[in-house]
Amino acid sequence: MTAVDANKPQDSVLKETILKALHSVMDPEIPTVSIIDLGMLHDVQISGSKVQISLIPTFLGCPALDIIRANTEKSLEEISCLTEIDVHFVYSEIWTTDRITESGRISLKEFGIAPPPRQLEAGGWEVDCPFCGSPYTTLDNIFGPTACRSILYCRSCKNPFEAMKPVSTLM
Amino acid sequence: MAAELPGYREALAELLYQLADDDFIVAYRGSEWLGLAPHIEEDVAFSSISQDTMGHAAIFYKLLEELGEGNLDDLAHGRPARDRKNAILLELANGTGTYLNEPRYDWAFAVVRHYFYTVAKRIKMASLMRSSYIPLAEAAARVNVELYYHQLHWKTWFTQLMGAGGEAGQRMEAAMAKVFAGFGDVLSQGSRETEFTHHGLIQGSKEITEQWIEGMAPVFSQLGASLPSEFGISENSGRNGDHTQDLEDALSILSEVYRFDPAAGW
Repeated sequence: MTAVDANKPQDSVLKETILKALHSVMDPEIPTVSIIDLGMLHDVQISGSKVQISLIPTFLGCPALDIIRANTEKSLEEISCLTEIDVHFVYSEIWTTDRITESGRISLKEFGIAPPPRQLEAGGWEVDCPFCGSPYTTLDNIFGPTACRSILYCRSCKNPFEAMKPVSTLM
Repeated sequence: MAAELPGYREALAELLYQLADDDFIVAYRGSEWLGLAPHIEEDVAFSSISQDTMGHAAIFYKLLEELGEGNLDDLAHGRPARDRKNAILLELANGTGTYLNEPRYDWAFAVVRHYFYTVAKRIKMASLMRSSYIPLAEAAARVNVELYYHQLHWKTWFTQLMGAGGEAGQRMEAAMAKVFAGFGDVLSQGSRETEFTHHGLIQGSKEITEQWIEGMAPVFSQLGASLPSEFGISENSGRNGDHTQDLEDALSILSEVYRFDPAAGW
C-alpha cells in the first residue's frame, strides 16, 4: 500500500475511516470474510475529498467481482466528506492465497471453509477438516462451487467440506 | 515508447483478437457440457474451468477496449463470425445434436481439444509474460496462474483414457486425428506474425510449436503413443476470418440475450 502523506493528519483520519468502511465489505459468496481479509485491497489514494481504491481480483472469471466493486462504492458513499469515489481492479499484481490475513483464515474456518495450506508440499497439500480438525481428509475435486474453492471429504467425521484452492505464482 | 512505433498498435490489436476470440469460443464449447459431462464432479470442474476461461477472454477484450477498439461487451458479442480471429478447431461443435436436443457429444474430442489447447495456451502465456506491451504481460501472468489447475485436470483425463485401452483407446485415437488435423491453426498466428515478433509482442509460431512438442513428448512417450511430425492446417484459417457454420450457430445462441437489448446493464 502506498502510504498517505503523514504530515496531513486529516488525511490519516480519513484513511482510517475508509479502511474501517472497507472492512465491512464482505465477499458475497463467503459473507464472514471481508475483502481486506481476503487480501484484495491493493491501494488507497486520497487526494482532498477524492478517493481511489484499487482492488486485486481473486480469479479473473469470478462473477462476484462486479458485486464487490458496487458494494465497495456503496460502503464509501456513507462517508459524507468524500466527493469523488473511484473503485477499480488492477491486474499488475497477482492474487495468491498467501494474501489472506490471519483473521481471514479464522473467519473462513468459521464459515466451514478450510483456509489454504501455508506452504505447498511437493506431491500435494494437507488440509485439516474445518469441523473436527482431523488431517485425515481426501481431495474429492480440485474444482468447487466457486473458482476459489475445492471440495474435500473428512474421513474422520465423515463430512464433505470445502477448502480454499491454493494459488501461488510458483505454479 | 514501443506503443508509438508505426504498426505497433495494429499488430497488438490483431494478437489480442486471436487470444480473446480463442478463449471466448472454447469457453462456450466447454459450458455446453454442463449437465452432460461423464459424472457430477466433472460437471463442477468443467464449468469452473470454462468460467475461468471466459474470464480470460474478458481480460483480453478489456485490453482491446483500452486500445480504443470498442466496448468489451460489443467486442465479445457484437462481432460477426467473419471478424473473428479464433482457430477453427476451437469453434467446432462438441458433437451432433444440440444442448437441448439429442446431444451426442464426444467426450474424447473434448478431452483432447481442451488438453492440447491448454498446453498451447500456457506456452503462449509464458511467452507473453515477457511481452513488450506491459498490460498484456501482466494479464498473461494472471492467466498463467489459473491455467495450472486446468492443465493438471486435462492431463489426468488424457492419460487415463489413453491408458484405458478398448473403446476408450479407439475413441481417443479418432479424437486425436481430428484435433491434430486442425491444430496447426491453433498454433498459427496468422498473416501478421512477423509484426508480432518484430515488435516483441510474443514469440513466433515456430518457437511456440517447438515448445509444445517438447512439453508433450514425455507424455506421449509414457503412453507409448507418437506425436505427428506436423500439424494439419487447411487453406482456411480462423486467423484470417475463415470460419464454419458451427461458429455462426454458436454466436447466434451465445449472443441472443445481448442482441435482444445491447444497451442493457449486465
